[in-house]
Amino acid sequence: MIQEVGTTEQGELVINLGPQHPSTHGVLHLVITLSGETIKKVEPHLGYIHRSIEKMCESLSYRQFIYVTSRMDYLSSHINNHGCALCVEKGMQIEVPARAKVIRVLMDELTRLASHQLWWGAMAMDVGALTPFFHAFREREAINDIMEETCGARLTMNYMVPGGVMADLHPDFPKKVKEFIRFFRTKIDEYDELVTGNVIFKSRMEGIGYLSAESAVSFGCTGPTARGSGVSCDIRKLYPYEVYGQLQFEEVTATGGDCFARYMVRMQEMRQSLSIIEQLIDNIPEGEFQAKTKAVLKLPKGEFYSRVETARGEFGVYIISEGGTTPYRIKFRSPGFSNLSALDHMARGYKIGDLVAIMGTLDLVIPDIDR
Amino acid sequence: MNKEELKLRLEELSPPASFEEGAEWTTAIVDPAGWEGFARHLRSDAGLEFDYLFCVTAVDWRTYMTMVYHLTSTIHRHIMVVKVKLDRDRPEIPTVSHIWRTAEFHEREAFDLFGVVFSEHPDLRRLFMTDEWKGWPLRKDYEDPVNMIKL
Repeated sequence: MIQEVGTTEQGELVINLGPQHPSTHGVLHLVITLSGETIKKVEPHLGYIHRSIEKMCESLSYRQFIYVTSRMDYLSSHINNHGCALCVEKGMQIEVPARAKVIRVLMDELTRLASHQLWWGAMAMDVGALTPFFHAFREREAINDIMEETCGARLTMNYMVPGGVMADLHPDFPKKVKEFIRFFRTKIDEYDELVTGNVIFKSRMEGIGYLSAESAVSFGCTGPTARGSGVSCDIRKLYPYEVYGQLQFEEVTATGGDCFARYMVRMQEMRQSLSIIEQLIDNIPEGEFQAKTKAVLKLPKGEFYSRVETARGEFGVYIISEGGTTPYRIKFRSPGFSNLSALDHMARGYKIGDLVAIMGTLDLVIPDIDR
Repeated sequence: MNKEELKLRLEELSPPASFEEGAEWTTAIVDPAGWEGFARHLRSDAGLEFDYLFCVTAVDWRTYMTMVYHLTSTIHRHIMVVKVKLDRDRPEIPTVSHIWRTAEFHEREAFDLFGVVFSEHPDLRRLFMTDEWKGWPLRKDYEDPVNMIKL
């Protein structure tokens, strides 16, 4: 039951934010109880973009179901595809060629950059700065062009398949990526100059939306949301997959637990992603880009779970197979869903204007939550 | 703790659990009645401290249902899976949302899509579906002539 909008007996005001509100970035509906301007309770109402992807996947083959997952967290579509491909490979014990592993990691990190760029622009817009949005989209466009050349798509890539990647890299890929890194290294400093040190921005961010490390763990938060509270939870470091174990990069954490800490984690992560790409771009091994697999994939009876780190946190794929060509049951553990569950806890006691800033630093993607 | 050590440690707990062999992670099977007590031990016993519930889901096996909980510890970094077998006609299980706060949302999801009733849950309502929705969409025998597209 959606609570009636108006004033309660205790003199508290109940209002709706969304589902059609620019700062909820999609169709998130929040019912907020206010006392004056202070938030007493935030209740998310979900399901406006629920497509029952898990049910759909039960009737799709192990090659087909990966395409649906691009439509969940559409800003991390490569990484979603990656998690699914890893799970199928785990079940079938497919050895992925070295070239494909490196291509996958390169694509993952470019995706993370593009996702964080969009987040940076959108979040600055949420707190009232419109210019960063255009800056962020200009840089993100360069990544989209690189992706388009190799994958043929700009948003729903469907590039990673069980056994490797769909097609080999475009010959211009290394050159264009290097150009992009040179270009973006200067821009990321500009981001800091434009927004990070800004007094107005800082006063909107510092000390707002505090989340303790203990609560972050209890609410199942992952990704920059939890790392902003000092919880080490980067799957790339803790349970390295593909070539992450051989790379030099840092897991970025901050101890503030407030909006500014989460902001700084993502800004540092962009630099880490750039460094990962730089380490790999000149060292892409030659060879096959896809392992030889059968036309029809059959997973043995059993249960398989794979975990990857998307731009928003831990993405889990849990496949239960009965030995057929389609999964018996599939569960996607999406990072946004758990991160959103902490919103009520984080927002209580702050002003309604702060809610938009808190949501901004959670980096919510609604199709990822609703699935 | 490795898989074997973890299993030995878990065997000391009460109520006793049985174990599933051959899985990637240590998999314990407990009764719905004993689940809440078992969960408290997992969360707070020294050496276990499973503080992070990273995946909760239900599975419909046509004749019965299971709830599957994936747990890990941010201190010890070990992983385990708990399965609870439920009666399909009256699936009822105590909530663990007071032990792991993330369970509150995940249990609402399992209720919404599978019809699993979590006793003592603070706010057990539909999450994705509308309040008037009939049936449990992720069950295997669910049919909906209007909204369901057969692939």
